[in-house]
Amino acid sequence: METFTPFSALAGGVIIGLSSAAMLYLNGRICGISGMVSDLVTFHKNLWWSGFFLLGMFSGGVFLRIIYPFALDIEIPIPSILVFFGGILVGFGTRMGGGCTSGHGVCGVGMGYKASMIATFVFVFFAMMTATLLYHFFVGDPRP
Amino acid sequence: MISKFFTFCLGFCFAIGLGISQMTRPQKILAFLDLLGNWDPSLLVVMIGAIGVYFPLQKCILGSFPKGENTFLLPKGEISYRLFIGSAIFGIGWGIVGFCPGPSITSLASAHPKVILFFFGLILGMLSYVYIPKNSKESDL
Repeated sequence: METFTPFSALAGGVIIGLSSAAMLYLNGRICGISGMVSDLVTFHKNLWWSGFFLLGMFSGGVFLRIIYPFALDIEIPIPSILVFFGGILVGFGTRMGGGCTSGHGVCGVGMGYKASMIATFVFVFFAMMTATLLYHFFVGDPRP
Repeated sequence: MISKFFTFCLGFCFAIGLGISQMTRPQKILAFLDLLGNWDPSLLVVMIGAIGVYFPLQKCILGSFPKGENTFLLPKGEISYRLFIGSAIFGIGWGIVGFCPGPSITSLASAHPKVILFFFGLILGMLSYVYIPKNSKESDL
């Protein structure tokens, strides 16, 4: 619990919620990142709309790197092959399940969709089991 | 054009929200997911903050448009085997690396080789679901 950062977490969460709600107001859509990435790589008709949002997200990252580099102080202690494999699972799983943490977790749950509540419960549960097994017993506990 | 610019700005704000709350750092995510380590509930607080704001706002936004005149593209919220299996597969990947799709895009700016590798894996995984199985069906989320 010593690394718990409740205030910055709440502030960040509120900004994420506001941006997602503004997306609904402006574009009439759920703010789901996995769907946007998929639009972009499959040349879906929402290509432009999704592309601009994702470009904004990447630019936000560049901005963070300049003003708050700690946000991009990233350490990944597992082998590259496992990182790549994890990426494949996240890509495949989010498309099969129809959403990720933003689409199901924030927007879907925030709209009261039963499907999104189930999805969020399932992916958080499996992520906890996997991370606890892998990091606590093999890699070593993460130090944020 | 204006709406495209605003959409860009929203993506930018979304990334700042992820950055402030450190959700761009997989260590921070894994500290929440690893229950037996030095447990850090920050991710839970981020979700509470985001849903707490989104819930009332979406009610106002959806309610402020007259019925039948809205142009919202909302998912059907279908509960199928795909929802369970897909979410479980996503959860395993998330637990391995500590990245979900959003933070991985913003963290690409770090130019960390493993983040780039994760991103390529993410795209490959998506394409393999969309193009390989014949019955692939995407929802709108």
